[in-house]
Amino acid sequence: MGGPHLSVRYAGVRTDRAVLGMPDRLRVDWKFFFQTDWDPVNEQFGALSFVYGTIVSSLLALLIAVPLAVGVAVFITEMSPQWLRTPLSFTTELLAAIPSVIYGLWAIFVLVPLLRRSVQPWLARYLGWTGLFAGPPYGIGMLAAGVILAIMIIPIISSITREVMTAVPQQQREAVLALGATRWEMIRMGVLRNARAGILGGGILGLGRALGETMAVTMVIGNRAEIAKSLFAPGYTMASVIANEFSEATGDLYLSSLVQVGLALFLVTIVVNVLAQLLVWSVTRGIPARSRA
Amino acid sequence: MATQADRADLRVSLRRRGIDLLSTLAAGGAVVLVLLPLCAVFGYLIYSGIGSLNWAFLTQTPKPVGEAGGGMANAIAGSVLILLIASILGVPVGIGAGIYLAEYARGRFGDIIRFTADILNGVPSIVIGIVAYGIVVLRQRHFSALAGGVALAIMMVPTITRATEEMLLLVPTTVREAAYGLGVSRWRTTLSITLRTATSGVITGVMLAFARIAGETAPLLFTAFGNTYWNWNVNQPTAALPLQIFVYAISPFDEWHRQAWAGALVLIVLIVISVSAVRIAAGRGMLKGTS
Repeated sequence: MGGPHLSVRYAGVRTDRAVLGMPDRLRVDWKFFFQTDWDPVNEQFGALSFVYGTIVSSLLALLIAVPLAVGVAVFITEMSPQWLRTPLSFTTELLAAIPSVIYGLWAIFVLVPLLRRSVQPWLARYLGWTGLFAGPPYGIGMLAAGVILAIMIIPIISSITREVMTAVPQQQREAVLALGATRWEMIRMGVLRNARAGILGGGILGLGRALGETMAVTMVIGNRAEIAKSLFAPGYTMASVIANEFSEATGDLYLSSLVQVGLALFLVTIVVNVLAQLLVWSVTRGIPARSRA
Repeated sequence: MATQADRADLRVSLRRRGIDLLSTLAAGGAVVLVLLPLCAVFGYLIYSGIGSLNWAFLTQTPKPVGEAGGGMANAIAGSVLILLIASILGVPVGIGAGIYLAEYARGRFGDIIRFTADILNGVPSIVIGIVAYGIVVLRQRHFSALAGGVALAIMMVPTITRATEEMLLLVPTTVREAAYGLGVSRWRTTLSITLRTATSGVITGVMLAFARIAGETAPLLFTAFGNTYWNWNVNQPTAALPLQIFVYAISPFDEWHRQAWAGALVLIVLIVISVSAVRIAAGRGMLKGTS
């Protein structure tokens, strides 16, 4: 037990070290990320269940968001009548302007009851055999987190997708159409195929957002440090555990464990973002960056 | 024979047309599915928010659990205080970096800064909260509005930097050359000619950044921390609207839930107003920038 770290004279120095994650890394090492026990009272810290929760909720969100976001982008850039384009892109961007905490509030009082009453019983009946939709339908849990995350990352994925689709030269479209293709064939062969690296980049950028998203997830995921196969079960993410426990973490080891979780989150999002940025650049290179339509 | 081939042709083309139609329906369906939550969020906000919004909410501090009434006046004021600190710290740095990138940066170093800004933009807000905790809270040894402001300022910088750079690059080189031709020094040209021409665009960027941080909650949890009373001291823990919404939303009390909705409505109205203002300013900015 490190003691109350703000009271001793040299405490400042000690907690600075703690914040850098130093004592923690020395003592716990890589095992930190492969142990599941999270028991602050007995100073047992393992982050595996948070890593699991973060990855599963984010992948679930991507699974839902990517098809929808690409659909929206295709509709806005290739199908919608001219007069509808600006209002549509403005409204989808409005989704990005809603603060995370308001999504969380909405999710608690609208989305979660909806999942509990209608969606989860339905999933359990028809897809229960997969084991992914087993157990009591609380509403709150991994599924709710995935859905709210999906809603939150759709705007970023669809705006990147729109950007890279606009970057595809008009001649490509005309060439495919001239060969007698229908509109969908033109989109598939002329546009999507040329833009796929950028779309992948958009998806990865969305993944980066989902990994670090905090408030809305914290409010609906259930905050239980467990690993369960069922998506109905409550979970915990790296960002949520920091949000919930950081301000009340007593003891250097507790605090630095949380900072270590934050450091891991930071490094992962950097890698993910760099990757995404490079992919998007590979498509839009040579085209002016201005495309906030 | 010809008719058979014709029929085969027709079948193929019918199938292709069918797929074309299906794809249109699917894309349209995706739009509807995406707009649905947007409408639902706004609908519930207005429906539940207006019902609980009253004068007391905007003028009083929170009442203890169990007592009806009370409001979030101190949280609104706290948000204003934190956002003010964030703007004072973040805006000059952001604009300065943008000017550097557009006017002075040559070659690799500029690219590195640009890349860093883009990466910083993607860093989770909760991580930035930890950084602010490390550089302000640990030093002061208590939570404070200043720490919250520093966290939000860090989040503002990349957005403002990139927007400023973009806007300055829109100003034609001829305008700069005209100034140089009149013997105006470089820094003077940058400040009084280039930056001034791009003013509305730069303001657009600043407001976008502002709208983005106004609803941020995660980095405030362990920097500004929250407070049930009035506070105007930058060195003391401060309430903030998003924090208050979070605390009330996860509480088990109906009265607090109602207030959370009202707070959310106030917050979103503030943000939507600034985003719409951005749109209008952007429309004008374009005209001015290219003239």
